[in-house]
Amino acid sequence: MADTLEVSVWRGGEDGRFQIYTVPARDNQTVLDVVTYIQRHVDPTLSYRFACRVGMCGSCAMTVNGKPRWTCRSHAKNVVEQGRLEIAPLRNLRVVKDLAVDMTDFFDKWSRAGGSFQPTKTRHDDFAVVEPGSQERKHAEAGIECIGCGVCYAACDVVAWNKDFLGPAALNRAWTLMNDERDNGKEARLSAVAGDAGCHACHSHQSCVASCPKHLNPTASIAGLKRETVKAALKGTL
Amino acid sequence: MSVRVETLLWLAQRITAAVLAVAVIVHLITIIHAMDGGLSAREIIGRIQGNIAWLAFYVTFVLAVAIHAPIGLRAILREITPLRLGAIDGLMALLCVMLAWSGLRAVFGLYGFAG
Amino acid sequence: MDRIKRPAWPFGAARRHSAYWAFVVHRISGVLLALFLPMHFWSLSLAIQGEAKFDRFLHWADSPLVKASEIGLVILLAAHMMGGLRLLAVEFLPWRDWQKTLIALVFGLSVAVGLAMLLNMI
Repeated sequence: MADTLEVSVWRGGEDGRFQIYTVPARDNQTVLDVVTYIQRHVDPTLSYRFACRVGMCGSCAMTVNGKPRWTCRSHAKNVVEQGRLEIAPLRNLRVVKDLAVDMTDFFDKWSRAGGSFQPTKTRHDDFAVVEPGSQERKHAEAGIECIGCGVCYAACDVVAWNKDFLGPAALNRAWTLMNDERDNGKEARLSAVAGDAGCHACHSHQSCVASCPKHLNPTASIAGLKRETVKAALKGTL
Repeated sequence: MSVRVETLLWLAQRITAAVLAVAVIVHLITIIHAMDGGLSAREIIGRIQGNIAWLAFYVTFVLAVAIHAPIGLRAILREITPLRLGAIDGLMALLCVMLAWSGLRAVFGLYGFAG
Repeated sequence: MDRIKRPAWPFGAARRHSAYWAFVVHRISGVLLALFLPMHFWSLSLAIQGEAKFDRFLHWADSPLVKASEIGLVILLAAHMMGGLRLLAVEFLPWRDWQKTLIALVFGLSVAVGLAMLLNMI
């Protein structure tokens, strides 16, 4: 490994440009460490977002050498190509400045997809007992570890082509709630996720699956929604 | 267009896809078989003329493709052109009718051939 | 949200996986088949106007260029059909991890159909 890395970093807003920095190459450094090094030692005006540094909070995602990644858990030496790193903000979201994007659309779509739990009971009721081996619990289990980092949203071409498309993360969230037996909002949620702005716009490219840092499968969740919404449409409840 | 109609269009495309999968397998076998020794009008007409089974097969095939193709093109046009949704839906409805009409005309032409 | 124009960097890296290529093949073959379809129906309807006219058309279709594009079309048809079956499996069957195998199978069988056609033509 060479002593230094050549790092191109996006600077400015939507009409910004790449600026090249030289950063010492170390055996153990994440892409986030590289960005932090630039801000601490080279240019303190560089803006980026992070919080936990251990892959839990979902705030540090960026485009690294053309691929959306969580930067805190991406080792620089695994993603460097010919001694070079290109770090840009996430695709499909408006750039605020440098590497920070505006996540408003992303989270608005979660709520548009019926992404909040609708309780059937109150605090005065006893705990719900959910059978761990049930089919529904297994479906929910498969999708529930999403950290909301926006990597799948940036990887998705349908989001880029159809600005109303809810995107993989919001639909995956909706699917976990559809499989929550305590939830009371299923009918309204199916109407929210159906059609050309919802699950039926998905072409199963599976770029979300290929890039999800938590190894979730939003395409499978979306396929589940496609089947459930069709049943509702046939019953006339959609 | 309501989400219910959009959902049913999606379903219609999947159902016709399943029908077309069977039809295309039969079609591919027929094509490869017919290629043996070259194509001739007599051979094609002779197979279909007055044969009710081939007529039923090709009518199903044409109607399925007339539904399947416009729904697929509709999604593509929505994604890659700035056309208004109403305009795309209108164009695709027209395409559906044209495909069904021209396909059925050809099929019935071959079935009822009298020359 | 306005359409975002982001001029500078190539995004290709996130598309480098087999399911994306399967999509590209499915979309291109679908569009080409849809364009071919009206011509196909038109040429068949020539039969209504008499066997001689139909035969003249088939004679035109005997040229090597047309023959080559026919093989191409048959491969497109086979690829679109099998790629479509794969999509139906992805959407309607419980999820399994045989995705890549399925994509390879679709590719292999499409080529095989093209070869069968070629062998029968010569």
